[in-house]
Amino acid sequence: MNEKTAGSILTTEGIPLKVSLQKAERRNKIRAILLVAPLLLFILFTFLIPIGDMLLRSVDDSYINTVFPKTFKEYKKWDRQGLPSEELYKTMFFEVKEGSGRSIGKATTRMNYAKSGWKSLLKKSKRKFKKIEEGPYKEQMIAIDKRWADIEYWKALGVMVDPTTAGYYLNAVDLKYNVDKEVVRQKENRRIYNHTWVKTFKVSILVMIFCLMLGYPISYLLSTLPLKYSNLLMICVLLPFWTSLLVRTVAWMVMLQQKGVFNNLLVMSNIIADENRFKLMYNETATIIVMTQILLPFMVLPLYSVMKTISPNYMRAALNLGASPLHAFWKIYMPNSVPGISAGCMLVFILAIGYYITPELVGGKDGQMIGNWIAYHLKTTLNWGLSAALGAILLGVLTVLYWVYNKLVGIENIKLG
Amino acid sequence: MGSSDSFVKFDKVDKSYDGETLVVKDLNVDIPQGEFLTMLGPSGSGKTTTLMMLAGFETPTGGEIYLEGEAINKIPPNKRGIGMVFQNYALFPHLTVNENLAFPLEVRKLNKSDIEEKVKKTLDMVELGEFGNRMPLQLSGGQQQRVALARSLVFEPRLVLMDEPLGALDKKLREQMQYEIKHIHERIGITVVYVTHDQSEALTMSNRIAVFNDGKIQQISSPDVLYEKPENAFVANFIGENNQIKGKVKSINGKNCVVTTDKGDDITSLKINVNAVGDASTVSLRPERVEINSTEGNFENSFNAKVKELIYLGDHIRTRVEVCGNDQFIVKVPNSYKGANLKEGASVKLSWKASDSRALDLG
Repeated sequence: MNEKTAGSILTTEGIPLKVSLQKAERRNKIRAILLVAPLLLFILFTFLIPIGDMLLRSVDDSYINTVFPKTFKEYKKWDRQGLPSEELYKTMFFEVKEGSGRSIGKATTRMNYAKSGWKSLLKKSKRKFKKIEEGPYKEQMIAIDKRWADIEYWKALGVMVDPTTAGYYLNAVDLKYNVDKEVVRQKENRRIYNHTWVKTFKVSILVMIFCLMLGYPISYLLSTLPLKYSNLLMICVLLPFWTSLLVRTVAWMVMLQQKGVFNNLLVMSNIIADENRFKLMYNETATIIVMTQILLPFMVLPLYSVMKTISPNYMRAALNLGASPLHAFWKIYMPNSVPGISAGCMLVFILAIGYYITPELVGGKDGQMIGNWIAYHLKTTLNWGLSAALGAILLGVLTVLYWVYNKLVGIENIKLG
Repeated sequence: MGSSDSFVKFDKVDKSYDGETLVVKDLNVDIPQGEFLTMLGPSGSGKTTTLMMLAGFETPTGGEIYLEGEAINKIPPNKRGIGMVFQNYALFPHLTVNENLAFPLEVRKLNKSDIEEKVKKTLDMVELGEFGNRMPLQLSGGQQQRVALARSLVFEPRLVLMDEPLGALDKKLREQMQYEIKHIHERIGITVVYVTHDQSEALTMSNRIAVFNDGKIQQISSPDVLYEKPENAFVANFIGENNQIKGKVKSINGKNCVVTTDKGDDITSLKINVNAVGDASTVSLRPERVEINSTEGNFENSFNAKVKELIYLGDHIRTRVEVCGNDQFIVKVPNSYKGANLKEGASVKLSWKASDSRALDLG
């Protein structure tokens, strides 16, 4: 042994104990790493990298700089007073004329977010630029389309000079940059997201509350019944899990539509008149009803697992000490079930806030949530930047809620089973 | 109903859960004020059910329970004013010790200073005055037990029930707590009904013990009577160690009788639970009442036996012998100077008095 390890405890063979221990533990460590490695890799590639990519995409504005690199270089020299110089027109001319139609098409989509009109202007220009052989270019371009003389278009390019942008986040809360890169509100008829955000929270909170109201008594019954009955009841609670989400949602459509089972029953039993059928489908009510049903098991399971651990003797003791059944429940049983309540509420709320397929199918125009707009921009408008920004905000909100929850209740109080 | 010396009265109480079998059958008990009564019995004997009926968590299917002369079958548990110590204590885990104790007082709407005073007094009584601000789970098992005891006493109930309160403690702590509970009972003079399956616990603490089996009280009397004068084979067997020899009654002579074993040995015993000549009977005999190779002559019973096994237990030697056809017969030989130097396989003479052997039912 050398001096470095002098003073440390040695094993009987004279090896320092720590070295010996490490050696003994090494095999276990390698084993542990190998066991978790597949899952870690899976999470890395399917979860962490996509989320990172999404966050980057939500601020990324570099594509347009790669399509018009020289133009933007020249653009930075412009003083934004009066029309740009011949030199800027010239670089723009050549980059439009010589650029590939596809990359310019993609770039114009982005340019249209800054100022609508860019897309048609460039499409028309690219076609006509072919005939122009020599300068000066400024007059000829203006002759092709007088929008080239509109300073607003040129100013709007300024929003895109920076390779990163907060523009998508602004859009996600009904704000935007104007051509001078000042933050302004969207036009009245284009304000849709704030309204949707509020609705998303409202629906999620309502679904959470309804799930708790429906789930708490069921869980209580489940936890107090003898095993043979509680198993049967548990199966009823879990049955929805065994059925496809789509099938259940469609079943609800059958139930709730105006000529559906529910309304027919009410009409048949003369509770409502035929012309006064309830509008339960394709609106917010439908979204709330169906989501409550679908998410109910996520409330019941954590509640049940916590209630199962609450000894019936607590209630008995409280009664024995003189408390009325209601008082005993409120002061003794309820506080002990809080870990289950909070776990269930968190679970349901998190699932509800990002819900997509159910509002899509039953929500109609009125029952759309933020998830539907994310999907819409991903699939229909291909505005991935905005989708990513909406998703990132959702992620951020949940992180904040998680943090607040941890401060208030303590995350270690959550029990899922 | 209810005479002056009957504080709690069970009057022909029956209890059935399934409508087919009775868990408690025709139970009649009178408990005078200030008594420490223990219900002792194997699991499933109905003792806990009886306690739960008294506390109000189970309703009798027949008969009536009286508390201080008042029928309480229809009174809900929270209006009975009976204290209770639960198995595993049932301390409220989200409340501090002080809050646990204050709970019954707050329910009774006492004012704040009274509550504080009573909580402190009661905690001091169980020597936990320092622990008021702890959470129950931060306490040891023994301390939790005391808190549970204090909580059941703090609102000065007229009756305290205890459902195997010491079951979760280790042996040493259990013995210590037995004395403490006994002393508290003596000091404040409260009536206690205590349930246990541990006979030494019952013998240590009680004024009277009710031995339960099969939904019925087999015998109810003071610990010494129960041990020394068991009235049937179950009680003799359940309380303390006991030798049993089976046989048939040959003759009856006043308070004595003679029981003949299958091997033809005649044992003279007290006639306790046999009625007529020819009845099957179990003769019950405590191991410490048997002498080995005694030289004195005034024993009615004397038989030859063979030593089968010796187990050294320090203060005495547990000796298993074969006598009268029973090879599980135990004799406790004190480890004294005159302790016989017995060897396994040796032939010995066993003697005991007729007044120590009791002819009981077949069991």
